[in-house]
Amino acid sequence: MSIPPNHLELTKVEIEFPTPHGPFKALQDVNLTINKGEFVSLIGHSGCGKSTVLNIVAGLYQATAGGVLLDGKEVNAPGPERAVVFQNHSLLPWLTAYENVELAVKQVFGKSKTKAEMRDWIIHNLSLVHMEHAMHKRPDEISGGMKQRVGIARALAMEPTVLLMDEPFGALDALTRAHLQDSLMEIQKELNNTVIMITHDVDEAVLLSDRIVMMTNGPAATVGEILSIDLPRPRNRIQLADDAQYNHYRHEVLSFLYEKQRKPVDAEEAKETAVTEKKLAQELHSSSSEEKTKSAEAAA
Amino acid sequence: MSQMIATLGLGALFENPRASLAKLSKAVLLPLVGLLVFLFIWEVGAKSINTSLGVFPGPKAVYEQSVNLINEHRAERTREQEFYDRQEERNAKKLAKNPDAEVKIRPYTGAPTFFDQIGTSLITVMSGFILASLIAIPGGIMIGLNQQLYSALNPLIQLFKPISPLAWLPLVTMVVSAVYVSDDPMFAKSFITSLITVSLCSLWPTLLNTAVGVSSISKDLQNVSQVLRLSWMTHIIKIVLPSSIPMMFTGLRLSLGIAWMVLIAAEMLAQNPGLGKFVWDEFQNGSSQSLSRIMVAVLVIGLIGFLLDRCMLLLQRKVSWDKNAVTR
Repeated sequence: MSIPPNHLELTKVEIEFPTPHGPFKALQDVNLTINKGEFVSLIGHSGCGKSTVLNIVAGLYQATAGGVLLDGKEVNAPGPERAVVFQNHSLLPWLTAYENVELAVKQVFGKSKTKAEMRDWIIHNLSLVHMEHAMHKRPDEISGGMKQRVGIARALAMEPTVLLMDEPFGALDALTRAHLQDSLMEIQKELNNTVIMITHDVDEAVLLSDRIVMMTNGPAATVGEILSIDLPRPRNRIQLADDAQYNHYRHEVLSFLYEKQRKPVDAEEAKETAVTEKKLAQELHSSSSEEKTKSAEAAA
Repeated sequence: MSQMIATLGLGALFENPRASLAKLSKAVLLPLVGLLVFLFIWEVGAKSINTSLGVFPGPKAVYEQSVNLINEHRAERTREQEFYDRQEERNAKKLAKNPDAEVKIRPYTGAPTFFDQIGTSLITVMSGFILASLIAIPGGIMIGLNQQLYSALNPLIQLFKPISPLAWLPLVTMVVSAVYVSDDPMFAKSFITSLITVSLCSLWPTLLNTAVGVSSISKDLQNVSQVLRLSWMTHIIKIVLPSSIPMMFTGLRLSLGIAWMVLIAAEMLAQNPGLGKFVWDEFQNGSSQSLSRIMVAVLVIGLIGFLLDRCMLLLQRKVSWDKNAVTR
C-alpha cells in the first residue's frame, strides 16, 4: 500500500439486534477515521447508539456488516489494547484499588515485567490519577469520583493503543467531573493516547476533544456531522468560558442536538423534553461563565 | 470470643459500660422478658396437660432431667474409665508373668449417653452438609454459567427439592445395604444412610442460590473480564466466585438448617444413632421421666440449630467481602 493505513478506521459499520418483533437496526453506515493521539468525542441523544459504536470498537459487540480496523488489523474480540473505562467504574468490589489495577497489569504484563516492575507500574498509574494515597481502600470505602479515577488508572495501566471511555464522568457531580476532566487532559498530554469518549455533556465534549462526532437519532443511527475543535492546548476552562471560538463550537453542537436532531416527543417523554428545552434556552442565550451553566445543569 | 459475644447480641453489655438504657433493654432486657413470659406460660400450661405418662413436664422438671442427663453422662464416663483401668491392669499382670502373652484390648460397650448422641448427630450433620456442599457449589456454578444447562436441569431440581427426608429414607437404606458391602467397613451403615439422606435433602438451597448468584453477575464485570481477556479459570476464580459468595452463603445457611432438621427426623425413623434416636428411645421407654427427657432433647436440638447457624454467619463474615449482606 502506498498510503499508510489509518490508525483506527470504522468502515460502513452496521449492527442489528434480534428482537421478538424482528431485527432492530441500531447503526447504519457508520464511517469514521481516527488518527493516532487524537481525542474524539461521540455525542448524541440517549438511545442513538453511541455506546453501541464504542462497544463495537471494544469488540464487545460484533458489527453485522462493515468492520473496524486498528492499525490495519481487524477488531473482532475484546482486548486490553482497547481498554474501556465504563460509566459506573466497574471495579471489582472485593478488591482494593491497588488489586483492581493489579488484576489488569498481571493480565497484560504478567510475562514481560518482573514483580517489582509491575508493582511500580501499578503505583505509577494510580499516581497519574492522584489515587496513590487511597490505593489500599476498597471501592465501597471511596467516593464515586475516586472510583472512576481508579477505573481510569486500570485502563491506562493496560497501556492501550486506544482508550475507550463510555460516559466516564456521567454519574459524577459537576465539581468532581471538572476535576476529572482536568486530570484527563493532563494525562492525555503526557501519554498522547488515542481516546474515544462518549458524552452527553456539550461543554465536556468541546473542552476535551480534537473532534466531536455528532450522531443522528436512531434507529439506524449514523454519523451526522463532525466538528473539529481548533482550540490551542493546554485548555483552561475558565479562560475558555468567555472565548468566542469556544462558544461558537458549543453553539454548533447544541444546534445540531436540539435543532437538527431534535428528539421526537413521546407522550411519556414530554416532561423530560420540557426540562431539556428549558435547559437549552438557558444554554443558547446565556453568555454566562461555564461554572454557572454547570450549576444550571446540576439543578436541571 | 469477643466476636462470639457480639454475634449473640450481648455486645452492648461489654462494649460500653455506660451503654444507654435503651440499647441495654433492647439487647438484654426485652429478650429476658420474652423468656420469662414463655417460662410462665409453659409452667402454667404444662400443669393442665395430663398424658398417659403423667403431667406434661414444666421448666422445673426439664431442668432436673438435664442435670440428671449430665450426671448419667459423668457416671458412664467413670464406668468406662474404670473398665479400661481394669483391662490395663489385667494385661499388665499378664505381661509381667509372660512377656509373649497375647494381650486383648476390648472396647467399652456401654450404652451411648445423651451427650454421645449429640456428638454423633453433630458429626453426621456436618459430614452430610459438607458432602452436599461439595456437590452443590460446583454444580451451582456450572448451572449458573450455562443457561442451557439451567433450563435442562431446572425441572429436575424443582421436582427433587420438596421431597421429604422420610420419603427418601427407605430407598436410601435399601440402596446402602445393597451397595455398601464391606468386611471391614470404615463407617457404620447407619452413618452412611443418615449422611446420604441429609445430603439429598440439604443440597438444593445451596445449589439454587449459587446458581442465581453466578448467573446474576453484573454485565459490567463480565465486560471487564472480557476486555482483560481473562482465561476461563481466572474468570471463575477472580470474578465468578467472589461475586457469588454472598448468595452462596445464603444458600449454605438454609442448607445447614435443613440438614439439621432432616437429620433428627432420619435418626428417629431409621433408628440411626444420634439425638433423634435418643428421643425415640425415650418415647418407647415410657417412664415417668421420659417426657421431661424428650423436652430436654427438643430444647438442645433447637439450641444446636441456632449455634450452627451462628457458626455459618461467623464464617460468612470471615470469607465474604460484602459485609452488608450479613445482617441477620
